[in-house]
Amino acid sequence: MTDAFVRVDDLRVSFPTEDGIVRAVDGVTFSVERGKTLAIVGESGSGKSVTSQALMGLVNRRTATIEGRAWVGDNELIAASDDELRKLRGSVVSMIFQDPFASLHPFYRIGNQLVEAVLVHQDVSKSEARAQALDMLQRVGIPNAERRIDDYPHQLSGGMRQRVMIAMALINGPSLLIADEPTTALDVTVQAQIMELLAELQVQYNTAIILITHDLGVVADVADEVAVMYAGRLVERGTLEDIFYDPQMPYTVGLLSSVPRLDDVSARLTPIGGQPPSLINLPSGCVFEPRCGARSWLGDDRCSTVRPELLDISSTHSVRCHLSDADRKRFAAESLAAVSGKKDGSS
Amino acid sequence: MTAEPILSADALVKHFPITKGAIRKKTIGTVNAVNGISIGVAPGETLGLVGESGCGKSTAGRTLLKLLEPTAGNVWYDGRDITGLTKREMVPLRRELQMIFQDPYSSLNPRHTVGSIISAPYEVQKIDPPGGVKRAVQETMERVGLNPEHYNRYPNEFSGGQRQRIGIARAVTLRPKVVVCDEPVSALDVSIQAQVINLLQDLQDEFGIAYVFVAHDLSVVRQMSHRVAVMYLGSIVEITDRDSLYAKPLHPYTHALMSAVPVPDPRVEATRERIVLQGDLPSPINLPSGCVFHTRCFRAQDRCRMEVPLLLEYSPGHQVACHYPVTESLGSELIVGPDSGLVELQAPMVQPPSEVIADMESAGSSRPEGVDYAGDPNTFREGDW
Repeated sequence: MTDAFVRVDDLRVSFPTEDGIVRAVDGVTFSVERGKTLAIVGESGSGKSVTSQALMGLVNRRTATIEGRAWVGDNELIAASDDELRKLRGSVVSMIFQDPFASLHPFYRIGNQLVEAVLVHQDVSKSEARAQALDMLQRVGIPNAERRIDDYPHQLSGGMRQRVMIAMALINGPSLLIADEPTTALDVTVQAQIMELLAELQVQYNTAIILITHDLGVVADVADEVAVMYAGRLVERGTLEDIFYDPQMPYTVGLLSSVPRLDDVSARLTPIGGQPPSLINLPSGCVFEPRCGARSWLGDDRCSTVRPELLDISSTHSVRCHLSDADRKRFAAESLAAVSGKKDGSS
Repeated sequence: MTAEPILSADALVKHFPITKGAIRKKTIGTVNAVNGISIGVAPGETLGLVGESGCGKSTAGRTLLKLLEPTAGNVWYDGRDITGLTKREMVPLRRELQMIFQDPYSSLNPRHTVGSIISAPYEVQKIDPPGGVKRAVQETMERVGLNPEHYNRYPNEFSGGQRQRIGIARAVTLRPKVVVCDEPVSALDVSIQAQVINLLQDLQDEFGIAYVFVAHDLSVVRQMSHRVAVMYLGSIVEITDRDSLYAKPLHPYTHALMSAVPVPDPRVEATRERIVLQGDLPSPINLPSGCVFHTRCFRAQDRCRMEVPLLLEYSPGHQVACHYPVTESLGSELIVGPDSGLVELQAPMVQPPSEVIADMESAGSSRPEGVDYAGDPNTFREGDW
C-alpha cells in the first residue's frame, strides 16, 4: 500500500459554518496504482466530491481546514503552495467535471482552450500546440476535428463537450485523472461511449483514475478497486470482487440491495430506512448506526457510542464496523438472500 | 391492454413553433416534440415511458394531462374525448388527473407551508372533506411517510426525499385516478430512491391509481411498470408488457439502450453484449427521413432511409416500429453503429422483411426457431386503444 503511485493518507476537510463545523471529509486513506481505476462511491453529502476537490487544490484554504497528505508519485498535493499546485494541475493531476458546459469557457473556441492548456505546461510554439490540440481531439473521437476545433462550446452536444473536457484533461499527459461524476449529466447511450473512451485512453496513457460516482453499474463496469463513503468517512474499501460479492459493511449491503436492476426484477425494493445524518451533528458512535439494520446485534451500546476504526480483514479489503466477522457475513447473507428470494418469487 | 384504458391518447402530436421577431412573430420552424403517439393506461396499471433526453417523453406526459395543448390527435379520459376542453372545463377533471414532478426543489413553493401546499387541491376543487381539510391532509402526510406534526413547516426544512413525498402527497390527496410521474426519483439518492419507488407502488395497490411513469432510467422503469413504451425522437419505437420488453426487445434502439445501461454486477458486466451507438440524437427540428433512428442504427438499410416504419404488432401485445426487428440473438460481440457522418455503412446480419418470411413459410420452409409471428404483421390496428 505504501509504495503505491497515488497515496492519500488521513485526509480531513472541514468547513466552519455559523451552525458549527461541517466535517465533510474525515480521515480518508486510499491508494491507486498507475493504469488502475479506483471508484469512490457514495450518496450526496458523503464527501466524495470534496475529497477530489481537496486533491486538486480546489478547496479554498482560507475558508476550510485541510489536513492529511496526498502524494502522486513524488509530488505532495496538500502542502503544496498555490504556485506549485498550478504547475501540477494538468501535468500531473487533471480533473473532469460533471457538467461539461459549466467547465468550458463559453466565449473561447475549444481549440484555443486546448492550446492554452498546452502552452501553460509546455515550451512549444503556438502552431505546435494547435497540432497537439487537433491530435487530442481526434483521439477523443470528435468527428471532423479539423473543422470542429474552431467551434464554440455551445455548438457541441453534451457528449461532445465531455469529450473536449477529456481531451483538455489529458493533453499534458497527467498521471492521475480525477473524474467527478463524468457521465451523470449524459444519456445512457452517450455514457457508454464516454466510459469506453476513458478506458481506451487509460491504457494508452497508463493513467491512474479516481472515478467519483453514485452509479454502482458504472463502478461494476470500469473499476478495479472501490471505496465506499458515508458521511465523510470511508466505510469500506476493497477490490471490485470484494465489494460486490463479499460486502461487509451494512451500508454497502444496503446500497447493493436497494438498486433496481436492469437484468432482474424484484417485487419490492429493500431501501435503507431514514436519512443520511447532518455533517454538523454526527452520531457519536458509528455514523451509520441510526439507519443500520444490524444496530442491535452487538448486545452492548458500542455501535451508538464508539466510532469504529477501519479494520483490514484481508490484504485488499477493509471495513469500518464493530460487528464480528461472522455477524457481518450473516447480515450480508440475510439481506442479499432476502432480495434474491423476492426475485425468485416474482419470476 | 387487457383492461379498458382510463386515459389514452390517439395519434397525439405536439409541435412547438420556433418564432422570430418580437412584435410580428414569424414562425421559422417547428420542434417536432411528439409525432403521433397512441398510448393508454388502465386503472391500477403503470405505463412506463422511457427514452433519452429530448425524445419527447415529458412533453407526451404533459400533453396527456392537457397541461400542454395537443397540436393534433385526441386525448380520451374515461370514455370521453377531452381534447377540446378549455382550461376551465378541465378544472373538475384535475381532481382525477394529477402529476408528480422531477425536481422536489423547484416544484414546491418555498413560501408556503407543507400544510398549505398539500391542502391547495382541496381549495381549488372547493372540497370539504369530512373531519376538515387539516385532518385529511395530515392523514395523507402520514400515509406517504411524513410526520403529520410537520404540517406548519416550510419545504426548505426537508431533505430531497421528504420533499418528493410532499409532492406525492399533494398529487394523491384527492385520490386521483391517473397520475403522471415525470422522473419522480431521478433527483434522489439510491437509498432514498428505493423508498419512493416502494411508496408509489403501495399507493397504487391501495387506491388503484394508474401511473404514466416517465423516466430515462431503464432499471427504475423495469421496477415500476407493467407495460413500457420506448420513445425516440417523438415516436414510440416499441411498446409491450414489461417482461417481453426486457427479455426480448425487438427494436435495435431498445437493444442499444439496454446494452448501454451498466448492471451493478461485475461478472455480469464483463460478459454482457454492448452496442455502442455512434453520434448524438438528431435535432427534432429537422427529423431524419424514413425511420427516425436510421442515422444511428446498426441495422439500417436503404429502405429505412425512405420509408417510415409503422408501429406494427409483432406478437400479441408487442408492437414495434422497425423494418428489420432484432429477432436473432445478437451474441456478446461488440456492435458499433454507423458513424453519424457516414450513413452508408454496412449493416450486419439482416433479417429478411416479414413479407419474405411469410412467403417462405407458405412455401413450406420452416420458420426460424424462437420466432413467433402471431397475426398478420401488416395489419396495423389503429383502434387498438
